[in-house]
Amino acid sequence: MGELLQLAFEFFKTGLFAVGGGLATLPFLYAMGEKTGWFTSTDVADMIAISESTPGPMGINMATYVGFASFGIVGALVGPLALVLPSLIVIVLISQILNKFKESQVVQDVFYGLRPASTGLIIAAGIGVARIALLYEDVFAQTRDIFQLFNYKGILLAVGIYILTNNKKIKPHPILVIVIAAVLGIIFKF
Amino acid sequence: MKELFQLFFSFARIGGFTFGGGYAMLPMLQKEIVEKYGWVTEDELMDYYAIGQCTPGIIAVNTATFVGYKLKRVPGAIVATLGVIAPSIVIITLIAAFLQNFAELAVVKHAFNGIRAAVCVLIFNAVTKLAKKSVIDKVTLGICIVVVVLSMFTSVSPAIMVILAGGAGYLAKRLNRQEGEK
Repeated sequence: MGELLQLAFEFFKTGLFAVGGGLATLPFLYAMGEKTGWFTSTDVADMIAISESTPGPMGINMATYVGFASFGIVGALVGPLALVLPSLIVIVLISQILNKFKESQVVQDVFYGLRPASTGLIIAAGIGVARIALLYEDVFAQTRDIFQLFNYKGILLAVGIYILTNNKKIKPHPILVIVIAAVLGIIFKF
Repeated sequence: MKELFQLFFSFARIGGFTFGGGYAMLPMLQKEIVEKYGWVTEDELMDYYAIGQCTPGIIAVNTATFVGYKLKRVPGAIVATLGVIAPSIVIITLIAAFLQNFAELAVVKHAFNGIRAAVCVLIFNAVTKLAKKSVIDKVTLGICIVVVVLSMFTSVSPAIMVILAGGAGYLAKRLNRQEGEK
């Protein structure tokens, strides 16, 4: 019981101080493993691999994995719940403040600047995914052969998906698109 | 009560099919909560993303909390948050219990390489829609380009960029109004 409380406390702390998404939780996880001895840094590497190859927010995946590895099913529940508790409280408070000042000119002016920044961050993230999905930058770095830079299968699939998703008549749900891509990935050994 | 259920399952669907971090959630959010249910507007979604960058916690979770609170106050915030994390908890627990070598399985790797190609297209589609509403003049275009370049080539924290962009937006608007008064 004492250790479970400690698990909850450690993840609460991580949720409170890790600003900016799943990767920001990594340093906290390494420190947690060292301090408590619940898991090693090799375990963390395994967790990253699994968290990246499963759906869902990476931070939540990691918290569930750590919780389960250390304390079984109860840990798998306590870890992620403790992780989201701080942001739940903070976001509810911010929402209340925003509701009060929504009409204020200052808030509107600030949002005028925030929105393109938010767009820019998403564009950069999209470029990051595209580099991994469509290019073989590591192969290119070794061979310097421009023809080996491109992942032709990936590019072909991306073009196909682009045509499919921009067809006004079909407009498929993103979930359907992802399922199709996964199936094609398996059939054609991407 | 019915709306709380809808909220939970909508976010569970989003959590269960988000591959590759909070930003990859955008296409799903647009489809489910903007287009299908009309719970929030595209503008609000952008605001939530921006604020979610500078507050503690995971962006995907923060966005879910915002949407839930807007709809159903504190119960909504809790339900949406639980919804978005529920699939992860179930899937990861199953994998940790039965499939230790999951990430090394060839079939998983192939599926993921396919999914990634699709995800970058989905993000591209979603962000072009957003950009039409957020990049509306020279100032906003400038902010957007600076943020893309900084995030690609430096390790400046997104939180810092968002805060500076908010300040820049405020200043630009104020200067604009002063010009107008003259």
